Amino acid sequence: MTAVTASDAVAAPRPKYGSISKSRRWALRWSYFFLVLFAIFFLTPPIYMFITSLKSSAEISAATNPWWVFEPTLENYIELLTQNQYLIFFRNSAIVSVCVVSITMIISVLAAFALARMKFWGSATLATGVFLTYLIPETLLFIPLFKTFAFVRDTTGIELMNHWWTLIILYPTLTVPFCTWIMIGYFASIPKELDEAALIDGATWLQTLTKIFIPVALPGLIAATIFAFTVSWAQFLYPLAFTTSTDQLVLPVGIVTTLIKGDVFNWGQIMTGALLGAAPPLIIYAFLMDYYIAGLTAGATKG
Amino acid sequence: MAQVSLRKVVKLYDQTPAVRGIDLEIADKEFIVLVGPSGCGKSTTLRMIAGLEEITDGQIAIGGDVVNDVPPKDRDIAMVFQNYALYPHMSVFENMSFGLRLKRVAKDEIRRRVDDAARILDITELLDRKPKQLSGGQRQRVAMGRAIVRDPKVFLFDEPLSNLDAKLRVQMRTEIKKVHQKVRTTTVYVTHDQVEAMTLADRVVVMNGGIIEQVGAPNDLYHSPQTKFVAGFIGSPAMNFLPCRIEEAAGALRVRLSDNLSFPVPEDRTARYKPHAGKTSLMFGLRPEHITEVPRHVEPNQHPFEVTIEVTEPMGMETLVYFTIDGTEICGRVNPNAGATDGGKMKLLADLNNMHIIDDTTARVL
Amino acid sequence: MADIAVSRAGTVNGAGGRTSLHRLMQRKSTVAFLMALPLITVIVLLVVYPAIYSLHLATLNKSMERFVGFGNFTFLFGRETFWLVVKQSCIFAITAVVFKALIGFVVAHFVHNIPSKGQRKWRGMLLVPWVIPPAMSTLAWLWLFDPSYSAFNWILALFGIDPVPWTGDAYWARFSVILVNIWIGAPFFMIMYLAALKSVPEQLYEAAAIDGATWWQRIWYVTLPMMRNIIAITTLFSLIVTFANFDIVRVLTAGGPLDHTHVFATWAFRVGIEGGDIPLGASVSLFMVPILAVAAWFILRDITKRGNEA
Repeated sequence: MTAVTASDAVAAPRPKYGSISKSRRWALRWSYFFLVLFAIFFLTPPIYMFITSLKSSAEISAATNPWWVFEPTLENYIELLTQNQYLIFFRNSAIVSVCVVSITMIISVLAAFALARMKFWGSATLATGVFLTYLIPETLLFIPLFKTFAFVRDTTGIELMNHWWTLIILYPTLTVPFCTWIMIGYFASIPKELDEAALIDGATWLQTLTKIFIPVALPGLIAATIFAFTVSWAQFLYPLAFTTSTDQLVLPVGIVTTLIKGDVFNWGQIMTGALLGAAPPLIIYAFLMDYYIAGLTAGATKG
Repeated sequence: MAQVSLRKVVKLYDQTPAVRGIDLEIADKEFIVLVGPSGCGKSTTLRMIAGLEEITDGQIAIGGDVVNDVPPKDRDIAMVFQNYALYPHMSVFENMSFGLRLKRVAKDEIRRRVDDAARILDITELLDRKPKQLSGGQRQRVAMGRAIVRDPKVFLFDEPLSNLDAKLRVQMRTEIKKVHQKVRTTTVYVTHDQVEAMTLADRVVVMNGGIIEQVGAPNDLYHSPQTKFVAGFIGSPAMNFLPCRIEEAAGALRVRLSDNLSFPVPEDRTARYKPHAGKTSLMFGLRPEHITEVPRHVEPNQHPFEVTIEVTEPMGMETLVYFTIDGTEICGRVNPNAGATDGGKMKLLADLNNMHIIDDTTARVL
Repeated sequence: MADIAVSRAGTVNGAGGRTSLHRLMQRKSTVAFLMALPLITVIVLLVVYPAIYSLHLATLNKSMERFVGFGNFTFLFGRETFWLVVKQSCIFAITAVVFKALIGFVVAHFVHNIPSKGQRKWRGMLLVPWVIPPAMSTLAWLWLFDPSYSAFNWILALFGIDPVPWTGDAYWARFSVILVNIWIGAPFFMIMYLAALKSVPEQLYEAAAIDGATWWQRIWYVTLPMMRNIIAITTLFSLIVTFANFDIVRVLTAGGPLDHTHVFATWAFRVGIEGGDIPLGASVSLFMVPILAVAAWFILRDITKRGNEA
């Protein structure tokens, strides 16, 4: 600011717009300067993950500059991807996420349509309830659920504990409320005349949903799908509490529990595993960034 | 053959009446316009005919069949919405054919009907476009095309032109009239714009406060309104209303507007107004176009009077002049060259052949 | 179905169409209810039921055979670790949320300042921490904070500064936990603010500029009031998420050193799942409810208020 006023004083006889464009240029420079600083802060961990993943164990424990790779190697990647265990984690994560996304989308699209368009007794309360459940964190629920699962085993003999597919039952608690909530928002923004037109054209409720609402609200649908996927891919607490056997683990827990063996940290492999584990959400984000961001902001701005 | 008849139709929203028992017979091929201020129940009536609103009481029949319980799709109607309600993800062709495709009409039949409708509306080259790529007028045509394609018994229009700019509105108005002349389908058209109503309709239905004020041909409504509401609603600028008294003197009637202004009642109306002489609740109604400058040749029952003009509004082909009689503002329409000036005195002519007397207690025109 | 058809025909003959249309409406609402049924099932079975069940659990003894009333709670009140957890949870949540909000606001302004064709790229880069699964990115931080190989300490050493015990010392460990929290959460604030900034009409700034407002006055009198809603909602959301967070503390410090970074979620896990005392774990996690409820109440009030305005 002082620089700007000083230059103003010096350039007093000059026309006013000259100083405006000058102060604007300075503001721009400062903006870029700080953006670069923040970008460094925000991107350091993932970049450091990548740097470490290219190092051999010998280089990691050497007393050289940790920010530079002197002898890049892919051995961490090769080792992980040929190791059965890591591939099992990946497979478990993928199956769980895909199933959870499908279940979530079916449940929440149907419910959102009913709540947004076909009023029924208690539908307004239910909409509020959906939002409230979204605010209940999983950290509040894992202990009673843990106990409930033990109870189910004791009474019916069905073992829900320590199976990766149990997570398919659990994750919808995290994804369904939010997805329903933003789908209600997207559906409510569709003009009422559109379903009336469809009604006159002879569409049933189901046809209105599949042929009109879903295509028109496709951006919202994609945003909700991305959300459901990211959440189920990243979930850490439920698998940590509910699965223990190595072959039942999903990625986040698998990496944290199996690659850290006692005090022996194999950081090259851990970072590689974490980076590969972060890859699917990152790739989706890279390609569908606009939908991702629309979904993020929809929770608070819509509805 | 598709007459539409409404018998004692009532619509309540949570006990608040929106439509309070209306009767209306619409003949086959007729173009009916429902007109009225917002909240008068015209849109609700249309939506009840469409089946989009439940009928609280009464009966609606289309083509002789009572349709109270028939869902919209089985009523064989088509509707054009105010915001067009085009499916944004479908092309024009898909939009127009959506209803037929749901009914599983054969492909070449669909093609033929869409092509026919597109030709009528002159939108053949737009068939592959998405609604987003169309102008307002084009969207309006597509919405009409979607209605025509279905070849319904009844067309329903819900304020279809109110989203268009003034120029396009006039153009599309003509377009709608032409289409109706071509396809000759019974049409119910809702608007709040009385010009639209007058220009399009075979018969106009004026609604107010959930009831029908008057049904009639546009010219009938203009010349012989039955209620004060219709008299004031039809015509622009609106009819002037002034409290008045009918005085009887030596067998002739005079209508007195103020202490120093009264006109003789035309002879052919003497019998009609005689019973009301002396009543205090009467209103005198005269349209601005019947208050003019004094021409060279004065017809019978036209009477000059002098006023002080307060404001003039030149419109080009005419000039509106405003003055007051006993504190009530009156509007007249004079020739631009008649010499009206702000604040100037002017001699005007009242054409009492077109006068109306209204009983203010019943709001009916006598 | 046959019953319905018969009775329906009956009413049509009798009282006219009204009742059967009524039935149609009823049928529509039945369809709607059926469509919402899976949602209701999920909510009731997996959210409402466990939430209520945890209340019951909290009143049992360790082997879950005996009703102990408030026994678990009085036991907790007597334990030093519990008060440590309360203190830490609140400090973490409040500090982290304040800094997330500030950093998010500042960064959003900078992004908003630059020409719009570059904004997408920057926005995309700056949101990366939010996209990476927290457990994975916290691992990266753990490695950056490594006691013997910390890459940060290596940089500090260049300036002659002694190694920092990032996760070894109680205060540094708390700092590290907050730092990672901010790192993950600030981008979310940034995105929300950016969306809000874009929704402020340009004319307001032009009007303010004509009225002679400085950039600071423009932020204070135009931007902040216009964004008040979004700021409030985002802050409350973030408060809930941060307060109930599990992943970061679990991976970074696992509660250590000496329980000095434990929060409700991690301690409940330690006590309830790892320690096998499920009722005590349930009691611990129940202490999150009051704060969550207050935040939720404010959010809900705000959302319904805006719903009424619309």
